[in-house]
Amino acid sequence: MGRVGIVLISHSTKIVEGIKELIREVIADVPIELAGGTEEGEIGTSIDKIVNAIKTADEGKGVVLFYDIGSAKMNAEIAIEMDEKSTTKIVDAPLVEGSYVAAVESGMGKNLLEVYEAVKKSF
Amino acid sequence: MEIKVEDAIKWFEKINEKIKLNKEYLTSLDQVIGDSDHGINMARGFEEVVNKLSAKEYGTVSEVLKDAAMTLMSKVGGASGPLFGTAFLRFSTAVKVKESVDFETFTLGLESALEGVKHRGKSTAGEKTMIDVWSPVVDFFKRENDFQPDELLYESRTAMENTKEIMATKGRASYFKENSIGHIDPGAASSYYIFEALAEVLQEGEK
Ligand SMILES: Nc1ncnc2c1ncn2[C@@H]1O[C@H](COP(=O)(O)OP(=O)(O)O)[C@@H](O)[C@H]1O
Ligand SMILES: [Mg+2]
Repeated sequence: MGRVGIVLISHSTKIVEGIKELIREVIADVPIELAGGTEEGEIGTSIDKIVNAIKTADEGKGVVLFYDIGSAKMNAEIAIEMDEKSTTKIVDAPLVEGSYVAAVESGMGKNLLEVYEAVKKSF
Repeated sequence: MEIKVEDAIKWFEKINEKIKLNKEYLTSLDQVIGDSDHGINMARGFEEVVNKLSAKEYGTVSEVLKDAAMTLMSKVGGASGPLFGTAFLRFSTAVKVKESVDFETFTLGLESALEGVKHRGKSTAGEKTMIDVWSPVVDFFKRENDFQPDELLYESRTAMENTKEIMATKGRASYFKENSIGHIDPGAASSYYIFEALAEVLQEGEK
């Protein structure tokens, strides 16, 4: 079975691209999907992008979501409500460090709850 | 008066006109206590709503509200997207089944919309947000037993102006702390246009 997936949500495409780059330096085999910016690539967040990112990141072990400010979390919540699956968890943690910790934990083969708890405990 | 499908569509057309007309103003409000995108966000969203509504036939007010909600959620971009989107989605659910909507049902719809915004934004009245217009408007509807467009205008305008004195504790404006005092909240201003548009629909319906 696969790894717990990670979705990075930010108002800016560059922020999430940068974080993914940072994590990929150390972790290669954990799914990381990006939902940065609006549909038009402008500053903002998009529910559709988040929904698609969750779908792609899910290898069957669930997905953790990290977000930056304001509408990012609200849109993450709507995306999860629309999905109706409970295998996605929003993590209230700093976007960069939080997702980094999650990637390391997921890379060790931890399950969704373990990854979630490990991140929560770190902050 | 009852709100019919045509009235609901006219409501969104009027909102769109007002937001477009005041796009610069809304953005300027967001400039002092935010990131200067509120007018742009709202204009983009409601333009898409009107496009969507004009391309389809509707049987119930609820369907109109639902399409408006989904469009706002996906097109607005800022926090106001999920917030206004959730408002109209809850409104839609609350008035489901009925082809047209009487005063009592409309009041129920507004109340559900307000609850939706509070839930989504994890916020309440007094935090300098759109809620500070929606909440007094809901209270006003609950006090009355029929639509009162003139009073609605007065109530919503006063509520919007009152946001000036509040310090923001939610949304981007909260980063400005004390400095957020003295400025009208952008989301409160666009909420005022929403109710001003409604008042006009009601006034035209009375004739
Ligand atoms: N948590 C919240 N609860 C209720 N309303 C909010 C909240 N956050 C922001 N708002 C409303 O949204 C408005 C800002 O919208 P907008 O500028 O489009 O989004 P953003 O803040 O993402 O740039 C604010 O003026 C306020 O009325
Ligand atoms: Mg803004």
